[in-house]
Amino acid sequence: MSDVLIRLENVSKSYGAGAEPAVRKLTLEVVKGEVLVLVGPSGCGKSTTLRLINRLIEPTSGRMFIDGEDVTEANPSELRRKIGYVIQQVGLFPHRTIAENIATVPQLLGWSKDKINARIDELLELVSMDPDTYRDRYPKELSGGQAQRIGVARALAADPDILLMDEPFGAIDPITRDRLQNEFLRLQQELKKTIVFVTHDIDEAIKMGNRIAILREGSEIAQLDTPEAILAHPADEFVESFLGSGAILKGLTLKKVSDIELHQVPTLTSPVMREEALKTLQDSPDQVALLLDGNDRPLRWIDERALNRTSQPIEKSGRPVTVDLQPEDTLQDALTVMLQSSVGMACVTDRKGKYLGCTTIESLAKLIMSDG
Amino acid sequence: MDFLFNLIDFALARQEQVLEGLAQHTVYVVSVLVTAGFFAIVTGVVTRRNQLAKELALAIASVFLTIPTLALFVVFIPLVGLGFAPSFIALFLYSLLPILRNTITGLDGIDSGVLDAAKGMGLSPAQVLIKVQLPLAWPVILAGVRVSSMLVVGIAALATLVAGGGLGDFIKSGLARLPLPNSLESIWLGTLMCLLLALVIDLILQALKMATISKGIR
Repeated sequence: MSDVLIRLENVSKSYGAGAEPAVRKLTLEVVKGEVLVLVGPSGCGKSTTLRLINRLIEPTSGRMFIDGEDVTEANPSELRRKIGYVIQQVGLFPHRTIAENIATVPQLLGWSKDKINARIDELLELVSMDPDTYRDRYPKELSGGQAQRIGVARALAADPDILLMDEPFGAIDPITRDRLQNEFLRLQQELKKTIVFVTHDIDEAIKMGNRIAILREGSEIAQLDTPEAILAHPADEFVESFLGSGAILKGLTLKKVSDIELHQVPTLTSPVMREEALKTLQDSPDQVALLLDGNDRPLRWIDERALNRTSQPIEKSGRPVTVDLQPEDTLQDALTVMLQSSVGMACVTDRKGKYLGCTTIESLAKLIMSDG
Repeated sequence: MDFLFNLIDFALARQEQVLEGLAQHTVYVVSVLVTAGFFAIVTGVVTRRNQLAKELALAIASVFLTIPTLALFVVFIPLVGLGFAPSFIALFLYSLLPILRNTITGLDGIDSGVLDAAKGMGLSPAQVLIKVQLPLAWPVILAGVRVSSMLVVGIAALATLVAGGGLGDFIKSGLARLPLPNSLESIWLGTLMCLLLALVIDLILQALKMATISKGIR
């Protein structure tokens, strides 16, 4: 395959004779433009494997190729300048400003001052930090999330094809982590870097990876596949136990509302007469109807009981529709909305809020069954 | 009050000697701090990756500090004679430990994540040392230099015993003539000038600190 960018061939790393090797005869290929996640329990050798790629750790045996070129013996410092590196501790230089931190690799490569300065501003914008505000600040003035944004910017400074990320969002609070993950995915869609991403968090792996390598002790690959395939068909008990009991729920984060068939509930368009509403409801297999406004936006769930109980106008009876889904939301979002909804269904609308259909628990179950 | 006027009269009558002693004392402090500082920092840097070498260097530097001061000034006389040389050697050996200790502490104290990132971005070992390790250890090293500077100002007063000059001359002659007139004035003059010199050197090092330590780690 010509689109393999990184290839490890029978790479081993052991510390001293007799000790169990940290990496045992690992062969691994990373395809150009993909995010390959290495995930596994702590001590399985995933970080060691990552650090073998930029030769922060020298392999005991085996060969390494980048873009078809054997780099096992290449000058390690020169090799590393072509590979972005992001770590959990971030490791910004505290004595240097944000701009100087980002300029590190371009300076090593001898870029001109103007080119470096332009690049600094470009990268700060890219990671959503205002250049004028942050350029001359020092790392101690940043929050954890901001520091890691700079960490990513610094790794991208010389526009490397390859990015190695060692639990980059591991030390960040859950809310910020989620935001950084999303931003990073958006960035990756633009940049199309080849990324090897290490994490111990299977949820993060499923979210970030185009492919996931689940590793067991000695960096042995237990399974290497797309997140969907791994969730649907775990290779063995180890993978299954590592995925945990929530595998099906995890799989829902990979699917979009647009993946399931929408159920059409009878609709009423406001303003509507009570008799007409009752007739619609009697014909409805769901025993519920959706009241839309003049622009087809969902307003309320109406059922027969609600109509009979009150003499209020129809526009005030039943229960309001509080949350709408959009086709690009994940099925996990859909499940949450459905469970909160009084009727066990969630309305799907387009961007303008126009009603498209409903997701139901049954349609979700059907999709999960067809996958399994 | 009378004593203070006597002291001033005494000093003014010997301006030339006072300046000479002060100059000699300053020469000791500056030459010792520059050479010992350089030597201790280089030793700390060279031994930074070898635990055994580090401990050995520290042990040797500690031994110098435990040898009685008087003896250390004297033992080198057979080798280098009297005057500047034995004094310089003694002061040099004395001032090593604080600087070496702080160099090692400073280098050890650098966040491993910073070093990992530096290496991972492709800085060569020499670049990591010059661009990352030394600047980050510098505040700690400089603190060691300050301790040594105080040590040297005080102990350099002993140079007079091996005919090395300096402000100790006033203290020694005062002691020898006690309780004759002007003997106390002489002792006080030597002592106060030492204090003054220590103060000035500390101010200079403070200024050096402000000028050389990055705002990001102050």
